Amino acid sequence: MERKGIEDLERIARKIRLHIVRMMGVGQKGHLGGSCSMADVVTALYFAKMKHRPADPGWEGRDRFLLSKGHAALVQYAALAECGYFPLEELENVKALGSIMQGHPDMKSTPGVEANTGSLGQGLSIACGLAAGLRLDRSRSRVYCIVGDGEIAEGQIWEAAMAAARYKLDRLTAILDRNGIQATGPIAERFDTGPLAEKWRAFGWHVLEIDGHDLSAILDALDKTEEVVGQPQMIIAHTVKGCGVSFAENTAAFHNSMLDAAQFEKACRELGGGQDD
Amino acid sequence: MNKQNPREVYGRTLVELGKENPRIVVLEADLGKSTMTCYFEAAFPDRFFEMGIAEANMTSFAAGLSLAGKIPFTNSFAVFAAGRAYDQIRQGICIPGLNVKIVGSSAGLSDYGDGSTHQAVEDIAIMRAIPNMTVLVPADGIETRKMTRAMAAHHGPVYMRLNRDDLPDLFPQDRAFEIGKPYLIREGGDMVVFACGLMVSRAVDAAAALSSQGVSLRVVDVSSLKPVDEAGLKAMAEGMRGIITAEEHSLIGGLGSLIAGVFRGAGIPQRTIGIDDRFGQSARNYDELLAAYGLDSGHITAAALELAG
Repeated sequence: MERKGIEDLERIARKIRLHIVRMMGVGQKGHLGGSCSMADVVTALYFAKMKHRPADPGWEGRDRFLLSKGHAALVQYAALAECGYFPLEELENVKALGSIMQGHPDMKSTPGVEANTGSLGQGLSIACGLAAGLRLDRSRSRVYCIVGDGEIAEGQIWEAAMAAARYKLDRLTAILDRNGIQATGPIAERFDTGPLAEKWRAFGWHVLEIDGHDLSAILDALDKTEEVVGQPQMIIAHTVKGCGVSFAENTAAFHNSMLDAAQFEKACRELGGGQDD
Repeated sequence: MNKQNPREVYGRTLVELGKENPRIVVLEADLGKSTMTCYFEAAFPDRFFEMGIAEANMTSFAAGLSLAGKIPFTNSFAVFAAGRAYDQIRQGICIPGLNVKIVGSSAGLSDYGDGSTHQAVEDIAIMRAIPNMTVLVPADGIETRKMTRAMAAHHGPVYMRLNRDDLPDLFPQDRAFEIGKPYLIREGGDMVVFACGLMVSRAVDAAAALSSQGVSLRVVDVSSLKPVDEAGLKAMAEGMRGIITAEEHSLIGGLGSLIAGVFRGAGIPQRTIGIDDRFGQSARNYDELLAAYGLDSGHITAAALELAG
């Protein structure tokens, strides 16, 4: 796949956010904030970086993507549909009884989902095991895993961090969604998980820090991780929770809550809904 | 009677499996000299993962290995394998039905010296309650080997509980083992003991003692706690005057509960032998500890005589 230009990617990221808002709808709870904060990173992975075949989700040579912060499933569903893993219309059925899209990622339900995540702290360990298993088969596939900055309060994250360094899993790249806000308020006030770069370096990881909404920076960082030998890589992506939806930005209020009709209209308008989608 | 250590047999069987199938991988949480995965480590260092004293990560890491097509066996003491890693087993492995094998070693009271922290009395209940899980408890070394091989061949999550102590050979060497089936160990005509693990051997001892008192006891090894072959269990109890269950596990959620459910309304009197709703404790000697918790052949004999009226 020829790499898309930055402008194309920015347009796709905006569409992903619009899909997220539409999946939220009116009067239904959903994880808007932490889905929108990762829209640019997820766009860069699915539309520029990863080797994958939407028509053949089980293709052996694919790179793997795991959303350890599984509550942000909406951003992954939007990307999978936009890539063509399933029809865009399917997004309307998210979380409905019998839907192929569960509230948290479920590999048996959704084409393109690689693992069951959402019990926080576990996805990174699964990603480590997957990377170790692929290496036994001399696979060239890479494993990408998004973790949350609230999620890393889970002790298992640090068990995984040690294991990834111990086994020199250099085809494993984690991206930390550094939006600074957990469910009940600012991380710095509620349960501070920093200092981040120092911690991950101390645990044996190669660490990069970027603006998680700058698609050029995201792609540069993802390219750089491929040059690292003998170490897993952590990209600390500084993001804005709710990015793209003005009233949801930088607030815990839209971690997992509903939009009213006026908010829904405003969010759609801000994301250019109805223009070219 | 020949005795074998189930951990030793398990460790050797992993090596056999490793030779036959390159997809077999083994994970350990720093107990390899006790769980006997040390043999696999020596034979296949590239397919052995020392995960440190971090059972949660080990279990989810195994889920990842299975996603790459491997057949991972995770190992720890049963209290940690089934208890500490419960959420990892439930969320990442059992919900999607991944092909991960979890082996809980030194189960029941068999780690007698270490006390309640290390004695799993509720692991079967926890594992049975999780949808998609298979739960197995071998009665001896022969069955341990057959069961370990059956686990590897079965696709899906399996929990196997192993005793730390040597156990007498009871399972016929030439009998095939199939997950889900109850196995007749000793024929008898008056009443039936459904037992699992170490208690199968205690039931055989009780049957021998009772034969001189005119009571004929059938002993059945219920080594598959899930799935359960209800028809097979009912056939084993056909014409019996009483049912006794015997397990080295809490009476809540284990074999006694299972059998009570299967025979609800059948009108056959039942007695349950197991651990009352309490934790284990330290002792200097395993048999002494088992006796203190009522887990010996004498209690089975007494229950049978009571049922015989």
